[in-house]
Amino acid sequence: MSLEILLALLAATVQAGTPILYATLGEILTEKGGVLNLGVEGMMLVGALAGFLTALHTGSPALAFLTGGLAGAGMAALHGVVCIWFQGNQTVSGLALTIFGTGLAGFFGTPYVGRTAPGFDKFSLPVLGDIPLLGDIFFQQDALVYVSYLVPPLMWAFFRYTRWGLGVRAAGESPAATRAAGLNVLGFRWAALLGGGVLVGFGGSYLSLAYTHLWTNGLSSGRGWIAVALVIFAFWRPSRAMLGAYLFGGVMAFQLRLQAMGTALPSSILLMLPYVLTIAALAFSSWRSKRTEAPAALGVNVEPSE
Amino acid sequence: MPVLSAVRRQEPLGWGSCLVFLAALALAFTVSGTLLAVQGKPALQALWLLVESAFGSRYALEDCLIKAVPIFLCSLGVGLTFRLQVWNIGAEGQFALGAVGATWAALTFPSWPWYALLPFMLLCASAAGGLWGAIPAVLRLKLKANEIIVTLMLNYVGILILDFLVYGVWKDPASFGFPMTSEFVPAAVVARIGDTRLNWGLLLCLAVGVLMSVFLRSTRLGFELRACGENVRAARYARMPYAFLVVLVMVVSGALAGWAGFLEASATLGRLQPSIMSGYGYTAIVVAWLANLNPLVIAVASFLLAGVRVGMETLQLDLQVPAAFGGIMEGSILLAVLAGGFFSRYRLHLRRAA
Repeated sequence: MSLEILLALLAATVQAGTPILYATLGEILTEKGGVLNLGVEGMMLVGALAGFLTALHTGSPALAFLTGGLAGAGMAALHGVVCIWFQGNQTVSGLALTIFGTGLAGFFGTPYVGRTAPGFDKFSLPVLGDIPLLGDIFFQQDALVYVSYLVPPLMWAFFRYTRWGLGVRAAGESPAATRAAGLNVLGFRWAALLGGGVLVGFGGSYLSLAYTHLWTNGLSSGRGWIAVALVIFAFWRPSRAMLGAYLFGGVMAFQLRLQAMGTALPSSILLMLPYVLTIAALAFSSWRSKRTEAPAALGVNVEPSE
Repeated sequence: MPVLSAVRRQEPLGWGSCLVFLAALALAFTVSGTLLAVQGKPALQALWLLVESAFGSRYALEDCLIKAVPIFLCSLGVGLTFRLQVWNIGAEGQFALGAVGATWAALTFPSWPWYALLPFMLLCASAAGGLWGAIPAVLRLKLKANEIIVTLMLNYVGILILDFLVYGVWKDPASFGFPMTSEFVPAAVVARIGDTRLNWGLLLCLAVGVLMSVFLRSTRLGFELRACGENVRAARYARMPYAFLVVLVMVVSGALAGWAGFLEASATLGRLQPSIMSGYGYTAIVVAWLANLNPLVIAVASFLLAGVRVGMETLQLDLQVPAAFGGIMEGSILLAVLAGGFFSRYRLHLRRAA
């Protein structure tokens, strides 16, 4: 393999990993607050469609990206109504949200299948893009990729150094103690859920605005679920989420390249790679992890106060 | 200022739960209808058409029963695992593997008589579906890997295995390039009952449903299953065979979904082709939860949600409503019912804030 092909593959890895990175970070934020949201796959699809339709009708990719995030938050709000207000089972509500979201995206998206919309194009960042090797891989991408580099360090700092970050973590670790300390547990849970929803929606709109520029049904093809698995792989740490997302981006880019080069392997076998790898990564990280890594009150509803 | 607050109910709500359920259903229909209206479809007419075309004629009712069979089998299985707080979301993949297993038997031994071939196909479907259920069970027990994600990923892998076979080694040379196997020999096809369009798979459902009810209610293992589901730690303390139960429910669940795949390939399609995957495995999750995991109620709920699918086909033809609308209905019904459960456990009352 020549250096040029390798660099192109690594750049494609970063691009393919970006939607997964946004979604994984969103789910980390949500789960840190103690809410398990299995609706990521459906939320990504709705975000992708909302972004696509906005871009199609307004011609503004930036506005479209934001709309995708808002749509993700809207879907997360449904989950919040069911699980935070009405104390529904978080696992089942998330599954229902995915079924609902997949239906919603298919329902409103079907007339647009195959249409293209304006999106984000690649450009070389000044100075950074000229760095040999690293510049080719990381700094000749689209604007959304550059934004995605900023989110993990910001999220890390948020959890580590801010009062709000502490509040979210407390709401996820020990709601009772948090309430006793006079903090608004449900408020922090809502904030984490909605903020996470925005990030997941960003991941979805990345798919339709930058990854493909067009709409197809079932655009996310399991990336939302891969993101949920990556949260465990990442031990709920934003930095490891980056590692995991690019690992999966690599497999997807590699698999696409192989198909394009016309290998003897049938495409269905190649398409299995990301899913099989998810199982392997999950098994490995579950086996390695210690019990303490998940937020202690993850998936546990907070009883309404008297 | 008066404040609304929630208080935990001391007594169960009883018949009020039914009212809450109906209200949730009405909410889901309102949401679905609104979305139809947003798309410029006549909402009320469409919803009425959905119900009428699903339950309004003998032909439609037969269709509902035919579609209820795979949903029921898958749902009974996933419902069994939910009882143990094991989340099998993989009925879709187990269904695919079951269809593959049965098809392998049908294509490999076409000369066998039906009384040998059909049971063997059922056996192969059970083995393939059961194996697909056993993988996440073992990964969960040995490595603590989350079974929700493993079963989901295995759905994608299972469907791709099916694709690999029907686009490749099993493709019928006479199918003009379409991805499908050759038609099954008559001995490999589950026969119809009398002059109806229903097949004997319906009887299989009946038997499985009765067996499952008896098992849960009247056997020691069934009791242990319920106990473990309610309190894993106490059950382990009482030395109940938790690990064994996890593997058992996952294998049984996988085998049941596999049976559904077998019946769809053999009785409904008469061959294997990619269109066999139509999301029964996901509908089964909705059904199991709506039915509160009770086998009898699962039967009723399977029939009703099969009706949504039958009605959707008419909506697609008559009003060009995309098929995805079915997902909207299923998802919103489940979300509304989940939220409605709140009123069974809590009562609201107004009081003056201090």
